[in-house]
Amino acid sequence: MNTLFSELEWLPRAPQIFSSMLKTAENSGEAFIGDLCFLASFALDPNQLTKLAKALAKARSRGQSLQPLTPFRLAVLSNSTIDMIVPALVASAVRHGIALEVIQPPFDQVAQEALTPNSRVNSSKPDAVLFALDYRALPLKLSLGDPAAASATVQGVIGYLQTLREGIKANSNALCIFQNFAPPVETLFGSLDRALPGTLRSLIDEINRELAGFVVSSGDVLLDIAGLAETVGLASWHNQQMWNLGKFAFSDEFIPLYGDHVARTVAAIRGKSRKVLVLDLDNTVWGGVIGDDGLEGIAIAQGDARGEAHLAVQRLALDLRKRGIVLAVSSKNTDSVAREPFEKHPEMLLKLDHIAVFQANWNDKATNIKAIAEELSLGLDSIVFLDDNPAERGLVRKLLPQVAVPELPEDPAWYARTLAAGGYFEAVAFANEDLARAGFYQDNAKRASLQKQVGGVDAYLASLDMTITFQPFDATGRARIVQLINKSNQYNLTTRRYTDPEVLEAEEDPETFTLQVRLADIFGDNGMISVVICRTPEPGVWEVDTWLMSCRVLGRKVEHMVLREILDHAGAAGIVTIRGVYKPSGRNDLVVDHYAKLGFSKLGEEASGLTRWELQVDGADPEKAPMQVISQGFVQSFAQATEALSV
Amino acid sequence: MNDTEIYSKLTDVFHDVFDDDSIEVTPELTAKEVDGWDSMTHIRLMLSVERAFKVKFTTSEIGALKKVGDLATLIRAHA
Repeated sequence: MNTLFSELEWLPRAPQIFSSMLKTAENSGEAFIGDLCFLASFALDPNQLTKLAKALAKARSRGQSLQPLTPFRLAVLSNSTIDMIVPALVASAVRHGIALEVIQPPFDQVAQEALTPNSRVNSSKPDAVLFALDYRALPLKLSLGDPAAASATVQGVIGYLQTLREGIKANSNALCIFQNFAPPVETLFGSLDRALPGTLRSLIDEINRELAGFVVSSGDVLLDIAGLAETVGLASWHNQQMWNLGKFAFSDEFIPLYGDHVARTVAAIRGKSRKVLVLDLDNTVWGGVIGDDGLEGIAIAQGDARGEAHLAVQRLALDLRKRGIVLAVSSKNTDSVAREPFEKHPEMLLKLDHIAVFQANWNDKATNIKAIAEELSLGLDSIVFLDDNPAERGLVRKLLPQVAVPELPEDPAWYARTLAAGGYFEAVAFANEDLARAGFYQDNAKRASLQKQVGGVDAYLASLDMTITFQPFDATGRARIVQLINKSNQYNLTTRRYTDPEVLEAEEDPETFTLQVRLADIFGDNGMISVVICRTPEPGVWEVDTWLMSCRVLGRKVEHMVLREILDHAGAAGIVTIRGVYKPSGRNDLVVDHYAKLGFSKLGEEASGLTRWELQVDGADPEKAPMQVISQGFVQSFAQATEALSV
Repeated sequence: MNDTEIYSKLTDVFHDVFDDDSIEVTPELTAKEVDGWDSMTHIRLMLSVERAFKVKFTTSEIGALKKVGDLATLIRAHA
């Protein structure tokens, strides 16, 4: 089982001596709250959470100041047993800087408490009321295949929830936090349950959709428990034995997770979400060490497993920036070396102008992070620091306990997910000023217009707003070129595999024409997607030694544009004929007609299925595709480069 | 796992759940004799025992326990 969520793996493991550390903290007087916050920063099990909550309650009853924690009174209305959950809420809230006081009315008194003016909940004047209901609290009547009855049931449930809300608003005017509903595991028909109106699953789907709508329009807060249960798996979330034994709404293994999610929501309500992501570079933003491995050696390419893991970190960082999170860099490096990939590496998603503060030097990271906070005029408690190195994480945690420092697993494939799972940037609303920060709306508008597109393939291709970039082989692209040459099977005419030195030889041989091709579109940069090598077996002739393409860009007429580029350079080099070979490999049937489609004439076919083709450069005019062409880095006249641009 | 090991581990669990290091875990110990052993803490105790010994009890097993000795017998049966 994946334990990222159930074990809160973004948090450091609790020390063995947690209990005795807690006892020491209780006797530490002034330092108590600081010690308590430190102990809350670990991943705690339900017993540890209970002890920590008890220690806080004792301090409160002694009249001890809970500063600098922010006080918050939360009433929890539930149809299930929450006795084990309440301490988890209180202890998790400490982790998020909140001194939570929970008002817990008697079991299953939801409507009475909401609607009675002087009920325990209403008279306690809570800051917020959490409706911690699960689907068993709802009047759900099965009405299989009857849309009208199903709709009436859904409206009945939404009406019930709105009545509860109005009761709270009228009697205590607290903020309402609504949980949505995790559907039960058991289906009646199977997959059909999701489609057929009136099944439990489709009723709950509909209720969740309606609830999200009314929460957004009313200014209440949604707690996406359905999403949380889906994330960990419904079969793990719902524990029938626990329900039968004590009316627990979900499995006890998720009590710490649930507690943290409620706590981060409350913290977000109080404006305590983090605002800055500080990134380490080596082995975090890219694979490898830029100072040792150099620009060509770092792993950051599409199509390379390690590179893609780090690209995912970059993508998440960029997406967070789009929603208003500030990005900064803290790296132990020479400044110019650390900046080089941002400036020169074509596969980098993050660019220097995405980074608000760039700290690359040989100071310790705590000093750098303090400098970042000062430069941004933000508190240390608004910062999240992402670093693959456990020693750096430990140092920052020790020197700057206010900074959130997620633990990271060994495999960078999980970095992005682990960062996201920590919920450091939880928000309960998305404001206009967040929106204004980014070109985010534009992108969405583009996609929407794309969906409406009903024209032909060319209209579709035109709407993709593609830019194709041609370059000869170079040092920066070499690692990816070698990888494509050794990995591509389907769109590969000859399936010739070459090592790094062999590719370098082709790059340096004046008789060999090489091409690396990248493609970007409105959805992003696809990275390097095609490689071509032409050799000169005799004067006036280029023979296509290698022509391969990533299947991700099939159907975009990339091959036509590649041929146009080859022809341009062939013409300039005085080449008269281009020859091509299709060599069956058992896995490249896809390209059996490649040369025929591009207008080559067939010279012959061997028994093995190998076919030979030829095209006269003069007069050849392969189809153009709607994309912007950039041709750069070739040793040729500038005029030709600009001519290519105008295609 | 022998009885000594079971009782030693159970003692740790009891101290953790009831947050009281003075509890002496013996076969004859019952809920009445432990401060705070109510129905809710009983479930927390059972879940903690399940976690500590890596066993799963059935609903009726959890309901049928009268004293700590029964619990140790149950753990032995599942181990």
